[in-house]
This record gives sequence, C-alpha cells and structure tokens, in this order.
Amino acid sequence: MMKLNRRRLLQTTGAALCAPAVLSRALFAKTRALKVGYVAPRSGALGAISEGDGWAIEQFRELMGGTIETATGTYDFEFIDKDTQSDPNRAADMAQELILRDEVDLILVSSTADTTNPVCDVAELNGVPCVSTATPWQPWFFGRGGVAGETTFRWTNHYFWGAEDLTNVYLELWNSLETNKVVGGLWPNDPDGAAFADPELGFPPALEAAGFTVVDAGRYQNLKDDFSAEIAAFKKAGVEIVTGVMLPPDLATFLVQAKQQGFEPKMVTVAKAALTPKGIEAMPNGLGNNLSGEVYWGPQFPFASSLTGQTATDLIAAYEAATGNQWIQSLGYIHSLTEVAVDVLRRATEISPEGIMAAVNATDLTTIVGHVKWGDFPPFANVAKTPLAGGQWQKQDSGAYALIATNNGHSPELQIGGTLEYKTW
Amino acid sequence: MDIFYASVNGVLLGGLYALYGLGLALTFGIMRTINLAHGDMIVFGSFMSLVVTRVLGLPALASLVVLIPAMFLLGRLFQERVMNRSLGEGIMPSIILTFGLSVVIQNALLLTFSADRQTLSAGQLQTMSLPLTEDFAIGVLPLMTLCVVIVLLIALNWFFRHTMLGRAFRATSDDPEVVALMGIDPRRTYGLAMGLAFAIIAITGVFMGLRTNFAPFDGPARLIFAFEVIIIGGMGSIQGVLIGGVILGVAQTMGNLVNPAFFQLSGHVATLLVLAIRPSGLFPETIERD
Repeated sequence: MMKLNRRRLLQTTGAALCAPAVLSRALFAKTRALKVGYVAPRSGALGAISEGDGWAIEQFRELMGGTIETATGTYDFEFIDKDTQSDPNRAADMAQELILRDEVDLILVSSTADTTNPVCDVAELNGVPCVSTATPWQPWFFGRGGVAGETTFRWTNHYFWGAEDLTNVYLELWNSLETNKVVGGLWPNDPDGAAFADPELGFPPALEAAGFTVVDAGRYQNLKDDFSAEIAAFKKAGVEIVTGVMLPPDLATFLVQAKQQGFEPKMVTVAKAALTPKGIEAMPNGLGNNLSGEVYWGPQFPFASSLTGQTATDLIAAYEAATGNQWIQSLGYIHSLTEVAVDVLRRATEISPEGIMAAVNATDLTTIVGHVKWGDFPPFANVAKTPLAGGQWQKQDSGAYALIATNNGHSPELQIGGTLEYKTW
Repeated sequence: MDIFYASVNGVLLGGLYALYGLGLALTFGIMRTINLAHGDMIVFGSFMSLVVTRVLGLPALASLVVLIPAMFLLGRLFQERVMNRSLGEGIMPSIILTFGLSVVIQNALLLTFSADRQTLSAGQLQTMSLPLTEDFAIGVLPLMTLCVVIVLLIALNWFFRHTMLGRAFRATSDDPEVVALMGIDPRRTYGLAMGLAFAIIAITGVFMGLRTNFAPFDGPARLIFAFEVIIIGGMGSIQGVLIGGVILGVAQTMGNLVNPAFFQLSGHVATLLVLAIRPSGLFPETIERD
C-alpha cells in the first residue's frame, strides 16, 4: 500500500483541486467560437468595387464548414460580414458593432481609405487585431497620422501597393509606346487628386524627373459637366498622354467631349475610373476601349491560393461560372484576406488579442495576390507591399472588355498577357 | 478666342441645365411645391430609358416614344395619389414628402440595377461633332439638347397662351380657390401638370444618359443645377429657364477658363449674385399667393 506522507497528500489534493480549473478551461476552449469580422462597402457609391465579395465569402464559409484548427485546438469558426453602405461613419459603427456586440477576434477590412481608415481607427482604439487591404498604403498610413519609423499602430496592419508603385507602373506604360512625352493631368479637388498632383510628392515631380512634360489643368470639382477648357489647354500644349484620378462619370464626360472636339491623345491612363469591366462598358460609344492603368490582380498573377489551391485563373473561372459576372480585381483581394485570416488564426499560439496580433505580425504567406509579409518595408512596420502591373482594357472577340496586364517591369514575378496599344477613339 | 470657345461651350452646357430646370420650374410654377426628388427622377428617367432600350431593342432616342406617355401617366398618378394629399398645408409637407421619395428612388434603383454605372447608347451620335473653325468643333449631341430645349419652350409657351388647358394651368397657379369657383378642379389640373413635368423629366433623363453615364446616387448633384437655373431665371418662369441655364453654363465655363477649381464655384456665385440683386430671379412669372 502506498504510504501517504504529507508531501504526497499535498500533491494529490493539489492536483485534484486544480483539475476542475484545467478541465473547464479546456472545455471552454472547445466551445468558444473564433470570430472574424469583415467590413466592406457592399452597397452604395463604392458598391461596384466589392461586387465579388458576396460570392467570395460564400465560397469561404463553405470551405471552412464552421470550424477551424489552430495551434491551440479546434474551434467553432464564424465569419461575420458588414456593409458600410459606402459611408465612412457607418464603417466606424460597423467596426464598433463587430467589437462590442459580436466580440470578434480579428477584423478584416478592404476597399478605399473611406472604409479602411475609420475601421482601423476603431480597431486600434479598442485593441482588436485588424488586417486591412485594397487602399494605397499612403492614405492608410499617413491619413491616420502614422509616423515613419515609430510604432504608431499596434493593432492594425495593411497590405497593398502605394503611390510610388503607381508612378513606376504609369511611367513604364508611357515609356513603352512612342509619344512626345507631354502628359496632361486631370486631378480633381479631392484628397486623391490633391495627393496625385502634390508638387513635392505627387506625379508632377516624378514625371518631370523621368523626362516628361506635365500640363496640369488645375484642380477641378468632381461631377462636372464640361471639360472644354481642359481639352483646349491640352490641345494647345500638344498633350499626347492624359492621366488622372477621376470619377467614372467625369471620365465619360471628358472622353466624349475630347472626341467631339477632335482631341485624341495616344494614351489615357487613369486611376479609379477604370476599375471594373462594367465601368468600362459604361463609357459612351465604346470610348472605354484601350484605357490603360494599374493592374493589381488578374489572370496574369501566377500565385495560388493557400486555402483552396486555386490559381487566379481557377478562381476567376469559378466566380464567372457561379455568378455569370465578369471577374473584377478586388476578387483576388477579398480572397487573400480570408487566406491571411485563416493563416493567422492557425498559427496563433494563444487566443488573445496579443497572441493573434503577434501571429499577424509574423505572417509570411504567399496568397493569390502575392506575398504578404510585414516588416520587409522599413520604416513602415505595419505595411506590406503586394505586386502591381501595368495594363489595359482591351476589347475581346466576344465584345467584352478584359483587363490585361501588359507591363511587368515593376513586379517581374507577374506575367503579361498582351501588348500595350494606343488608345482608340 | 479662348473666351469665345468657352462661351459657346457654356451656352451648349446651358441647354442641358435648362432641361434640368424645366421640369422643376413647371412643378414650382403651377403647384407651388418644391420637388426635392427632381434630380432622382431624372436619373430614374435614364434608367427607364435603359430598360426600354434593352427590352424593345430600340435606340435611346426612340425609347422616348414609349417613355413620354408612360412617365406622363406615372406623374399624373403620383400627383393625384400622393402629392395632392399634402396640399393646403404650406410648403413643408411636400418638401418632406419629396425628400423621402428621393431616398426611396435612390435605393429602389440601387436594389434593382445595382451600383453599376450605366450609359445609354446612341452610337456615333454621342461623339459626333460639327467643326466650326479649324481647331474648334462643337458636339452634335449638346447642340441637339439645346435645340430640344428651345423647341420645348416654344411649344410650352404656345400651350400656356393659346389653349384652354394652358390657361387653366396659369389660372390655377395664380389662385386655386377662385379657379375652383369657376368649375376647374385644381387637383385634376395639378395631376396633368405633374404628368407634363414627368414627360419632360423623361426627355431630360434620356439626354443626360446620352451625355455621360449614370448611377442610382447621381440625382442630388443634378438637383443643385436645376435649382440654380430656376433661381437665376425666376422661380416658376418657363421662359426664364433657358436664360438661367445659359447664364449658369457660361458662368461655369468662364470660371473654368480662369481655373478649373472655379467651375462649380463661379456658377454658384452667379446664382448668389442674382439672389442678392433680384431675389425673385430675372423673369419672375408667378405672383405671390397670400
């Protein structure tokens, strides 16, 4: 018979006393669900950008099947999506709802600074890990008061490209065809326009350094019905390349008037107005053909999903088959967000805000949009950069417009799917 | 030369603005109600034209054959079933009603057509131009818009001066109570007037949809210009609409010449100037009701 001495007694009773605590903790861990919240402008003025989200989220939910295996065990998994209705104030409200009511462990957010910034600010304030994407990183970082080299943000990380990538891609596009290198700028009087036209950090100094002449017509107001003065100024200066960051109706007005007034520049390379195939189709009389711009995702991106193994082409085919809609660039980014979320939760060694944030910071994952790894872009520890190509909307034999990557000098890991052509009029 | 080009473009732009303002001038001139949903109704007109062109395979301009009668009926129903209920309690009920309607139209369009931008298609017409000098050309479509407005104004003028119904419209505008004593039902007159305004909104919607592209939330931006046109031209004045539109258009293109940032600003300044100097507009036609 085992001799029951004082030490032995203490050991056994101690273990017996502790067991319920350990047991209940294990039980708790099994029943507690891991929750991920996602905020995007699904309806309203920005709704067209997030058109693919609904399908991507459905596909993701089906794939997960309601559970997730992590380093600390298997958990129920819940993915909650919220619509900002394209309103920055509502975006902040949605983030608050996710944090206070749904008590999510991780927030994902995408599409325009009007969405990512308010959501990230709320997450930062409440100490909830948040991963953001699909906004150039400068407005995300500087727009929220970030200071280079300092740990301004503890809980929010971002991955996308930035203004410097856009400038490089545009220069590459313009250098690949013969022109007189006179560029006309249509930069509106809004935050994007001001950033693009900034005399120190914007396009004009970068273009002039690269040997281009810039004709800046001045900051115009959005939604304007007449561009004849700009067109006259461009004609007079012999502009052969037009660039800008325009709203779709303004680009349409400009293209129609340019055509009417006999101004036919060799290239029109605009940001914002030429993002979706439907936006290109909505340009009157086929004027959307051969508009050029940046390509941040598409069939020329040679990466496969870490979740499903689908390549960009597979994902596009699945999306088009299921929805009947043509693919859009943001589809890759919403998919990559779910990839990052799952990867982070699987690696997290502790299910707590600190543990999950540590896992976010340690991310080193090749997603369908490219490699995501924070810390490689000093002095901005919260920013990771993804690849960017230059491309063009070219009319296919089917009559549809397809965005084709034509120049990959900036991100050589990407492929190209065609050659850049002059704008048709 | 730049000034000449800018003023020609301003006059052409004024044609479009006059079209925006015409429907609003009618509703204000006859019913004395302010239609805050006017801009959204124009966008609604563009979408309806899109539906007609898709379903019947007609070109955008031909869709007006279907659209004008349909919108006339809709306008009449809207006035008789909805707006007439808000009569006689001052101007606020109609403002609140149309404000609500504006939100409803925007979201109904969003639900039905999604946030995608759309355009009406008239092929070459949209980009065709008439060369005036060697390096200056004007668009055929803006010129057509201006002509349509002028024709509409002449027709409306004739209608108001020379037909019984036109006289009834004017009389109802001046004093609905006395008109009722004369055996005219003001509510019925209002219904017909709103029908007429909706028919004009249909035309406006088609020309706007041909000129640029449109989406469900574009209405309020159009409403501002419509208001400025009738403020400059004179509240409720049909003829003043053209002058109002042209002044607004020319002010904008001239401001644009100085600096593109002044485009909308110079239009707003012109409106403010008129408000300061002649608060009832250049050609006030409606008499004060007491």
